[in-house]
Amino acid sequence: MSWEIVVGIETHAQLRTRSKIFSGASTEFGAAPNTQASAVDIALPGVLPVLNRAAVELALRFGLAIGARINRRSVFARKNYFYPDLPKGYQISQYEAPIVQGGTLAIALAEGEKTIRITRAHLEEDAGKSLHEDFHGMSGIDLNRAGTPLLEIVSEPDLRGAHEAVAYARALHALVRWIGVCDGNMQEGSFRCDANVSVRRAGEPLGTRCEIKNLNSFRFIERAIEFEARRQIALLEDGGRVEQQTRLYDPERDETRAMRSKEEAQDYRYFPDPDLLPLVVSEEEIERVRAELPELPDVRRRQFIARGIPATQAAQLTSSIELATYAGLALEGASRGTAPAIANWITGPLSAKLNERGIGIERAPVSPEQLRQLVERIADGTISGKLAKEVDDAMWAGEGSADEIIERRGLRQISDSDAIEKLVDEVLAANAKLVEDYRGGKEKAFNALVGQVMKASRGKANPAQVNQLLRVRLAG
Amino acid sequence: MSLSHDQVQRLALLARIAVGPGETDAVLAQLNRVLELIEQMQKVDTRGVEPMAHALDLRQRVREDSVTERDQHALFQSVAPAVERGLYLVPKVIE
Repeated sequence: MSWEIVVGIETHAQLRTRSKIFSGASTEFGAAPNTQASAVDIALPGVLPVLNRAAVELALRFGLAIGARINRRSVFARKNYFYPDLPKGYQISQYEAPIVQGGTLAIALAEGEKTIRITRAHLEEDAGKSLHEDFHGMSGIDLNRAGTPLLEIVSEPDLRGAHEAVAYARALHALVRWIGVCDGNMQEGSFRCDANVSVRRAGEPLGTRCEIKNLNSFRFIERAIEFEARRQIALLEDGGRVEQQTRLYDPERDETRAMRSKEEAQDYRYFPDPDLLPLVVSEEEIERVRAELPELPDVRRRQFIARGIPATQAAQLTSSIELATYAGLALEGASRGTAPAIANWITGPLSAKLNERGIGIERAPVSPEQLRQLVERIADGTISGKLAKEVDDAMWAGEGSADEIIERRGLRQISDSDAIEKLVDEVLAANAKLVEDYRGGKEKAFNALVGQVMKASRGKANPAQVNQLLRVRLAG
Repeated sequence: MSLSHDQVQRLALLARIAVGPGETDAVLAQLNRVLELIEQMQKVDTRGVEPMAHALDLRQRVREDSVTERDQHALFQSVAPAVERGLYLVPKVIE
């Protein structure tokens, strides 16, 4: 019987605020160490936290976007533990009454859409950063990140295997950026995932899970889960058992390792923070935030699918609001037949060129309308697919629209059968050897003849027509 | 409910308080008195009473999202035992 890999994901998304969750210090990334750590952030005696309105609104926006229940009254709690980058000796988080509860996120898989349940999303503050490099045997502490607002988003163990886990992480990443609650910058740690992984035989209850901490790229999520599942399966098949533990993924060795086991299990002793009153959100606030929500990626994705675009490609096109906007404009007024070709051109040549040049879609030199026209000219036979690349290059160089370039450069495909016939006859007359080879059974010679005709037409002859005519002539 | 010596040692570890072997008995007795008080309070019938998260029946105020704090790290670090390149230095900790 085969094994089923069960995954749940916890994500820490940094909320896009200017200032920290409980202080007026800046959250900007990359400042010199400790220059953005205020008296509250470093926990000087006598200071008190004051909650940032924007952090609450961004959490509400997320909750509404996933159709969750918004707790009208939520409570901040202290999560107690000692670590040098946690100045207070506790992290302010939410425990029993998080602001967001329930909700779902749809993920696009090749086999169709799957709905993943979200358990909860709660507000909390980030800790500082420990640097273990050379400080004469000491560690350096930078508290700039301490107090940065986070939304911890916890999924149910609804994901099966690394593939679904990555699809979920990507969908969540796309959503938080789409609705503007998080910048999604994984290199800077704005979006970090922990994966809870267990394995079981189909139909059995959940197995013992291991938590893999701090996965900061989609590739690492995939590889860490794959490794961890293999490790657990091997362990169980050898008659062993999985021990519940926290593990770290080492990308260099492509393996997960148990974090040095603490002599004592953690006990965070959560209790309501007496420095903060319960957070109460009103109906008006909720409705105001709801009214500001943009159309969601799910809706856009389904619209793309309805235009004949495959589900996973539709998910790709909705990975950011900028890309989806571009695709939406490019598809406007396009026939159902050309919609998939337009999508292909966006996820193919356009994305490749943007990546090569390191620019975002919003700065693409080819407008959505220009791109649509190019694809339509291929579809209606005005230009060949080969020459389309030339037209595209010219559009990137700012030479105007596809139609203008085709006219100016004389790239119009030759579909006039008289003209093609003439070209074919000329080529046949000039290549007696190839004709002989073909008649002698060498199929390769046929392709060489097609190539000669195309060359004679400077790439403009309609290849299908050339093929057909050549066959007729050679058979005769 | 009363605590064991082991539990007292574990609590001391979690709270990072050094409770020497000679002090465990005294701390145990004091903690047990606190627990007795809690036990007494738990006898009160609280059915139908919503648990409080705070002693004040008020709601949390919020502030606008603006940067109001300036860099004071030089001042804050003037009382730190060890500082280098703007970082606070602490005994090495590696997870």
